[in-house]
Amino acid sequence: MTSVAAARRKLALSRFWGEYRRHRAGVAGLVILVAAVLLALIAPLFIGDEVTSVVESVGEKFAPPSLGEPFGTDESGRSILLMVWWGSRTSLLIGFLAALLSIVIGLVLGVAAGHFRGWAGAALMRVTDWFLVLPSLVTALVLAAILGGSTWTIIMAIGITTWPSTARLIRAQTLAVEARPYIERSKALGGGHWHITTRHVLPNVAPLLLASTTLEVASAIVTESTLAFLGASSNRTSWGTMLRASYDFGAATQGAWWYILIPGLAILAVVMAFTLVGRALEAVLNPRLRRAA
Amino acid sequence: MTTPLETTEPAAAQAAAGAGDERPAWRGTLRYALAKAGGALFSIAMVIVGTFFLFRLLPGDPVRNMAQGRNMTPAQLDLERHRLGLDKSLIQQFFDFVGDTLRLDLGMSYEYKRPVLDLIGERLGPTLLLAGTGLVIAVSLGIWQGTRAGWRHGSRFDRFSTATSLLLWSVPTFWLGLLLMMVFGVGVGPIPGIFPFRGIESVDAPDGFAYVLDVASHMVLPCLTLVAVVYAQYLLVMRSSLVEEISQDYVTVARAKGLRDDEVRRRHAVPNALLPTVTLVFMRIGFVVGGAVTVETIYTWPGLGQLFYEAVSVPDFTLMQGTFMLITVAVIVMNTLADVAYHILDPRVRSA
Repeated sequence: MTSVAAARRKLALSRFWGEYRRHRAGVAGLVILVAAVLLALIAPLFIGDEVTSVVESVGEKFAPPSLGEPFGTDESGRSILLMVWWGSRTSLLIGFLAALLSIVIGLVLGVAAGHFRGWAGAALMRVTDWFLVLPSLVTALVLAAILGGSTWTIIMAIGITTWPSTARLIRAQTLAVEARPYIERSKALGGGHWHITTRHVLPNVAPLLLASTTLEVASAIVTESTLAFLGASSNRTSWGTMLRASYDFGAATQGAWWYILIPGLAILAVVMAFTLVGRALEAVLNPRLRRAA
Repeated sequence: MTTPLETTEPAAAQAAAGAGDERPAWRGTLRYALAKAGGALFSIAMVIVGTFFLFRLLPGDPVRNMAQGRNMTPAQLDLERHRLGLDKSLIQQFFDFVGDTLRLDLGMSYEYKRPVLDLIGERLGPTLLLAGTGLVIAVSLGIWQGTRAGWRHGSRFDRFSTATSLLLWSVPTFWLGLLLMMVFGVGVGPIPGIFPFRGIESVDAPDGFAYVLDVASHMVLPCLTLVAVVYAQYLLVMRSSLVEEISQDYVTVARAKGLRDDEVRRRHAVPNALLPTVTLVFMRIGFVVGGAVTVETIYTWPGLGQLFYEAVSVPDFTLMQGTFMLITVAVIVMNTLADVAYHILDPRVRSA
């Protein structure tokens, strides 16, 4: 039995890849994404925290891009190239973990709100709607300010403020899945809440979840950089904290355009890549969109 | 990204309207509005309760937090604690807090030594000016460009519009602000800066009409930044809802009647496609608020957003608490108004 299932999954996967490959923008996004993640992962093999140290920097202050320093230096003579490379670890880590937290909360509450009808589901939706109207950036800033700015509190602040839209999406999908006759059959055969939600609902919402996770990571990276820029930072070098420093040390008035441009381009490239992959996934996985295209 | 969110709303509204079939339509609307207002009041109550407990989560002693490590004798600390009512029980503190908030007494800012409400009052004007202008421009531009792109979807203009909005959607607001400030404020290389980028007025601000011009020139860059990041979503929604309307039967009928293409678009398709977009303007007001905080911070625009940012960075918790509640309540009210307006404007929802 398992080999049959495995073969079926392999077929589905190859069909999925065949579909995905036709979205050229999605493939480009995927390439950028894989490159960015690989670079972040191998960074410790070449450089360490010393690239962010003010004391150990030897370069000239605000030196424009040159052969030695392709992206110039910052206010203490640190290399922008190495800082961006090292900072990608914090930015990507917070982006991924915050998105994961947001998606997990959204998934659990969304499935629960869709599965349990009656007052429990209604109460969950009430809570979701309440969180949905809260201005997320403002709330995240307050949370980060109150809980203090460690990496984990930033992740929590982003996760707590962004889950409601996922929850609504998952709830709608859960309702659609549970209206199908095979759920009734499963119930008649004695399937409990756990069985129905994990064996029937979850596999059906999973593809949608993949697309929405990808888009969530993109927005989490932007939120992290915005929070860092507004001063709620984790004190570790990230693209957001670099831009904050460029603002504090007046890079714009000093004409140090590279200091502003490079970290921002890094954010833009990664966020665009995630967005393109997310949209391509949506187009492949959502049959309604596929027909329209 | 936002479309799945609204799927349940019309259904719920239909159920509500369906209950009062025999009664005049306005009664259904009134009942709907009252129910929504009740929900909003509940949400606001939750915000007040949530704020109280959130700000009690603060690690450490609130008085020491506020004192920011300034040297205070134990007697002074006790006095301060008594003044803030922190020597009372948690329940008593809670009721005091709710009572004060309902009386709009938001406490004293530690940083400014002035009532929070007064500070908010001073900063409200500039924010409304900046965010209001930005919103009007963003909405008009988004609807115009979205209409053009959607009416000829697949055209070069459409592809260009969609690509631009995706790009603007991915750009962090503050980075765009920094870039615009560098290019148009400071100037790059031999090109001098054109627009001022600090504050709302010049130090030697003139009087009369010249003053208006002065403020307007200070507003160009912040406004441009806000519009750029906000308008993409209006464009995308207007475009997709127009694309959906084009395939409807009534559009075919209008064409069959021999109306010119322009008239079909202006008098039949666009008014229907406009509804979701207009609702979105109010629904996503929280997003605009977030953008305003960032933009005001970068350009030191003396508005609510900057006040909030100052409160967070000092940190001045009383001020943060007050501005947070005000911003959140404003967003909830806007959302509720959008719900009710949608109900009144769209006859399909009202009388289904």
